[in-house]
Amino acid sequence: MTDLRLTIFSVVVAVAALVLVVELLRRRRLREKYAVIWVVISICTLVLAIFPSLLLGVARAIGIQTPSNLLFFGSLLVLFAVSLQLSREVGLLEEQSRRLAEEVGALRLRVDALEKKNASDAKAIAEPVVTPAEIDQRG
Amino acid sequence: MTTEGLERVEISMNGSTPAPAQRLLVVLPALNEQESVAKVIGEIRAGRPDAHILVVDDGSTDRTAERADAAGALVMRLPFNLGVGGAMRAAYRYAHEAGFTSVVQVDADGQHDPREIEHLLAVRDIDVVIGARFAGRGDYVVKGPRRWAMRLLSAVLSRIIGVPLTDPTSGFRLVHARALALFAEHYPEEYLGDTVESLVIAHRAGLSVAQVPVIMRARETGVASTNPVRSAVYLVRVVVAVGLALIRRRPESEHR
Repeated sequence: MTDLRLTIFSVVVAVAALVLVVELLRRRRLREKYAVIWVVISICTLVLAIFPSLLLGVARAIGIQTPSNLLFFGSLLVLFAVSLQLSREVGLLEEQSRRLAEEVGALRLRVDALEKKNASDAKAIAEPVVTPAEIDQRG
Repeated sequence: MTTEGLERVEISMNGSTPAPAQRLLVVLPALNEQESVAKVIGEIRAGRPDAHILVVDDGSTDRTAERADAAGALVMRLPFNLGVGGAMRAAYRYAHEAGFTSVVQVDADGQHDPREIEHLLAVRDIDVVIGARFAGRGDYVVKGPRRWAMRLLSAVLSRIIGVPLTDPTSGFRLVHARALALFAEHYPEEYLGDTVESLVIAHRAGLSVAQVPVIMRARETGVASTNPVRSAVYLVRVVVAVGLALIRRRPESEHR
């Protein structure tokens, strides 16, 4: 039988993780799509902490001698999946920010051209140009 | 897009509508090239007074944009550095939307002689024309691992594309309407992607690629790296870039 102290320790850690995730969600710091996986992981940890025999059973079922190895293997897999997912998201974000930068460049170019055109038009008509400062003075 | 019609012509051409024959845009991607940019613009204008010149200021911290503007070029200022690929994609999209039919990319550091643009333009019925070193003209020499990398790259790419390409990483290239439409949407911005992968993308989209021998000048500013470690890293990146270009799915495009 597992030491009770170990069970208490594991449960505390798992509950703390769950509370952290929920709290981040509540404060809108964590988006729902990322939260799901963390909630699932926390709950799994909690269940395993309370019923360590589950781990033992699963390990036996797939032929792993030491149950803790199953735990390590599982954690590794989950972390791999999460970091791969994050890399993908970062790539997506970078692509989006690049597109935005390109758009900004193009828009600036058009604004510059418009401003130049405006300035030369105003000169051509030879009308007094009302600057924002003058409007302020009048207003 | 909201850039169609009258507005786009007026804005992009600075009010003067170009004749259909002169829809050439010369693009200079520039990062901190304040020493050479104005001179290069002057040379381009001297050679082709009808061409429009666009300098893409790729997040320069010096006075590149100012000097390019003073020299009479259009200047697209990018808010931060995107690399040559990103700068060119922005330029291609701009050129496409503004109704240009050809875009020639020229380095702002003066490495490419603007007079050579004529040689590129002389090639007919080819979508992507590359101004290539090591193709018979000029005496540009590269040694060591970097040379092996370039050899490997040109051998592999020549094989894939089916035409001899001695200098596939050349940034001196002319792109016509069909390729322009493609690149406005799909232009790889990763390292070497803009030169190498873009050729593969163009080829897969059924566009024709050819090269023209050009003479390149020594760089006006800056020194080419000859460090063996860097060259080895370059070799690895070449292999990765080609490998990626080969296994990547063809971009979904409406321009095929």
